[in-house]
Amino acid sequence: MSLVSISGLHKHFGTNHVLKGIDLQVEQGDVIALIGRSGSGKSTLLRTINGLESIDEGELVVDGTALHHGEGDLRALRQKVGMVFQQFNLFPHLTAGQNVMLAPTVVKKLSKKETEDIAKEMLLKVGLSDKFHAFPDQLSGGQQQRVAIARALAMRPKVMLCDEITSALDPELVNEVLAVVQQLAAEGMTLIMVTHEMRFARDVGNKLIFMHHGRIHESGDPRIILADPQTPELANFTRAVM
Amino acid sequence: MAYQFDFAPVLAHTDLLLQGAAATLGLTAAGAVLGIALGVLGAICRAWRIQPFSAAFGVYVEAIRNTPFLVQLFFIFFGLPALGVKLSGWEASILAMVINLGAYSTEIIRAGIEATPHGQMEAAASLALNRAQTFVYVVLRPALARVWPALVSQVIIVMLGSAVCSQIAAEELTFAANFIQSRNFRAFETFFLATALYFAMALLVRQLLMRLGQRFIVGRPR
Repeated sequence: MSLVSISGLHKHFGTNHVLKGIDLQVEQGDVIALIGRSGSGKSTLLRTINGLESIDEGELVVDGTALHHGEGDLRALRQKVGMVFQQFNLFPHLTAGQNVMLAPTVVKKLSKKETEDIAKEMLLKVGLSDKFHAFPDQLSGGQQQRVAIARALAMRPKVMLCDEITSALDPELVNEVLAVVQQLAAEGMTLIMVTHEMRFARDVGNKLIFMHHGRIHESGDPRIILADPQTPELANFTRAVM
Repeated sequence: MAYQFDFAPVLAHTDLLLQGAAATLGLTAAGAVLGIALGVLGAICRAWRIQPFSAAFGVYVEAIRNTPFLVQLFFIFFGLPALGVKLSGWEASILAMVINLGAYSTEIIRAGIEATPHGQMEAAASLALNRAQTFVYVVLRPALARVWPALVSQVIIVMLGSAVCSQIAAEELTFAANFIQSRNFRAFETFFLATALYFAMALLVRQLLMRLGQRFIVGRPR
């Protein structure tokens, strides 16, 4: 059984048919890069995987939890899926440590001691153990994004979703965030990322998915299909971005 | 011919003035705490359209914002006894202030909640927080921080407006001043001092609330 199993998934925004039948199996330890032009449906697909977007048709199962429409199921699903956003979305009134501690405290009802230990562990993992008491606006963009990764990891998710997590960063801050993601991949975390970092997708990912007009247009080993695209659309895309 | 200013007959009643000022502050404190609590409740119902409460708060807010405070106060004090609800001057004053501030703060806090960036809600959802947890831990404090200066101003307005509570024999500062000037006919001196007291209290309360807000709502000292 795959960790994430998506079959026949359709999504509409009003009359706009955004996802036109997606089938995707994600195995434990996969590092998947979703690429494609803006409007191709890659972010929407990512957001359906933790229920931020509802699905109109098809099925989504994460680690045995199927996506239905009740909130209880959604929350069970979300405890298995961590998400990191383009705009970090840290809670501005909480310190880095409190940002990481919040969900384990209020969702998992762990003790203060336990959540503090988790927060320290996760901030250490992203190289920010000295920023426990810093507020988000006292941190650089790269540091904020690393806190956001630590915050998602604190729920011990089975799979992490990354939605263009380096797109809002100054160029010199991109690498510190990618290094953390690379380390997670090396530790065996299952990752699905929408990204424009082609080199990173090729070097770290084990599967690349090219989305086009709401469908998976081409997919496979990134080293192979980026070097030798089988469709003119992917060839055009790689020529434009690489 | 020229008027001879004489503050001595007023200062002889300093204790009454100070008691009145303390009563005004007490009314304000009770009105502010309960009124803002009511406002938080109203704001969440309005902002997240929790029916039927959202509609009920909508009617309440419009009813209060479009009628005079004095009439609201009279309605509570003179009108409600017809329904068997007899309140003392103090009780009626506090109730009127809470209801009045509750309506205005519903709208002020609602603005703060609606200004919450969408990403904050998504981050909370992705961490598996439910709606109530999201409101309490993620939305509320930044929302209050955004509108705190406006909320403090509204509390001051309500404090100054509490002068009309003297009309139902709540013995606050204006009641005290009225009492004193009716005894010594030193209206100018009495109301000059009462005015100065209101002014000082308004400055003081504003400073105090802004500091408290910085400390407990924004969450760190400036």
